[in-house]
Amino acid sequence: MSSQPPEYSLHEDEQGTATLVLCGDWQQGQHPANFSHVEPELAGLHLNHLTTDGSALGEWDSMLMGFLLQCHDYCAAQGIAFDIRGMPGGVEQLLAVATAVQPRPADTQEHPSSWLASLEPGRLARELTEYLKESLAFTGEVTLALVRLAGGRANTRFVDFKNFCYQAGPHAFAIISLTSVLVGMILAYLGAVQLKQFGAEVYVANLVVIGMLREMGVLMTAVVMAGRTGAAYAAQLGTMQTNEEIDAITTMGISPIEFLVLPRMLALIVIMPLLTLYADLLGIVGGGIVAGGMGITPIQYITQGETALSFSHVAVGLLKALVFAVLIAIAGCRAGINSGRSSAAVGQAATNAVVTAIVYLIVADAAINIIFQQLKI
Amino acid sequence: MTDTNPQAAHIEVRDLTMAYGTSVIQRDLNFTINQGDIFVIMGGSGCGKSTLLKHMLGLLKPSSGDILYSGNSFFQASESEQGAMRQRWGITYQSGGLFSAMTLAENITLPLELYTRYTPAEITDIVAYKLALVGLAGYQTYYPSEISGGMQKRAALARAIALDPDILFFDEPSAGLDPISSRLLDELIVQIKESMGATVVIVTHELPSIFAIANNSVYLDNISHTMIAYGNPTDLRDNSTEPVVRQFLTRSAAAAIEDKP
Repeated sequence: MSSQPPEYSLHEDEQGTATLVLCGDWQQGQHPANFSHVEPELAGLHLNHLTTDGSALGEWDSMLMGFLLQCHDYCAAQGIAFDIRGMPGGVEQLLAVATAVQPRPADTQEHPSSWLASLEPGRLARELTEYLKESLAFTGEVTLALVRLAGGRANTRFVDFKNFCYQAGPHAFAIISLTSVLVGMILAYLGAVQLKQFGAEVYVANLVVIGMLREMGVLMTAVVMAGRTGAAYAAQLGTMQTNEEIDAITTMGISPIEFLVLPRMLALIVIMPLLTLYADLLGIVGGGIVAGGMGITPIQYITQGETALSFSHVAVGLLKALVFAVLIAIAGCRAGINSGRSSAAVGQAATNAVVTAIVYLIVADAAINIIFQQLKI
Repeated sequence: MTDTNPQAAHIEVRDLTMAYGTSVIQRDLNFTINQGDIFVIMGGSGCGKSTLLKHMLGLLKPSSGDILYSGNSFFQASESEQGAMRQRWGITYQSGGLFSAMTLAENITLPLELYTRYTPAEITDIVAYKLALVGLAGYQTYYPSEISGGMQKRAALARAIALDPDILFFDEPSAGLDPISSRLLDELIVQIKESMGATVVIVTHELPSIFAIANNSVYLDNISHTMIAYGNPTDLRDNSTEPVVRQFLTRSAAAAIEDKP
């Protein structure tokens, strides 16, 4: 059976009454007239009654129903009686189901129509204030929980702390090794090229030792941990929020901060300085490899490096590691605990955790450097 | 456990209004749940049943009004008093709410470790007993993701009754369960309730469960945004003056059509 093209025609029977005749196959692959073509014709007739005739109708699918629903809505809006008794039985039933519930009234409240509208300054300021308030409240709660922990009254389980240490520490060795060796080599290479102009290549050891200890070792470790562990914390806590586990903890009378946030944060506080020392060591080794390639013997490199090594450089690095650990844990856990309850929200929380953590890290690093420079440490 | 005087008001909801931001979910809710009741919160989808439960659990703060437990306001209580009240509750959540990073035994052990002075050996025995009560004997070392949905609900019940609570809350306990598991869970709820003398609050719209176990109920309407019926569900089905409540309880099509967001 060959398919007939879908067509419609409109016949005015008498004043105010018309018949809409539909014929042919109204189905996928055919392209019948859109309702927007029929509408002006209907409007020209000043109808109060519209009947449909489907006696010549062939195959039909949802396309026909979409067309008829538009006719129905138009007639309802114009106060025209719409009579579809001339259509196949299934059509009549489907239309009855589709029109059983009134369409939702148009929104009176305006939603921001584009991303540009969402940049409106008032809205941004409001969101920023909300965010700052939330972050401060969270930091305050964590501080109070730490005080309770110090007093031995917190519901923090040692076994959780141990597990998080294991996840954050040994599992991160490989990635930390790779990044810190490479950063050490980059530092050495950059420095060596410049120092060569003055014939002072051997001072590359000073550059690498001081650079790694004070700055690059801890910063690279922190960035890796923000992406690895901070995001994991946000995803874990966000999923627990979705799964009503955080509700369950709260209604058990346990503070989610003590039970979930503290062990994660303490694990990072313990692990970060250790990873930083490890990264410092590997970075200096990496620098040594490049220095060796430039004709500096290992003995020279080590002897020269020793002159630059001082306790204060190591201490500055370790202090930063502690500060960064707290910041990464707060950014990750805050994003997770305040996450929404959908899979999209958990993804958003993880993104949020990493972005916030990196911003915190850079700002804190700059602040610490300025303070130490003023104090001449 | 407290003495059970059957006519004493255990939970009172007073002039409660709940809202998310500026949109009111339900207003002016007033009802009392007596000691030993099996109380059902019912209503169409999206009417705020689970939101009401979250308020009763103190997870959300009311816009106005109060909820009293044995005559004491929950929202005016201090944090430690709230904690003490919560220790007398057992809750199962819609999605179970089991800690997915812990085995079933660890899930049930947690409240026992926190709030009792049992020795570890005693706790192991109690955990085995609670799991046996819900028909999960021997599943101690399983993780929640390793068992079926119906088993998760029962495991959540085992955790909820770990501390022999005075009040048991259930959020849609039979959602997603087949009719037989759902009926078995209902029976389990009644048996546990009767043997422990607890008050039970259930959020559900499963009619068979409602008629089988509830002796009191409240109906939340999602059009007028308030409660329009309060009483025994069988009485409400036969005698309610609100057509929508009768339609809901007799499963008439007209009620389903009105189910708007």
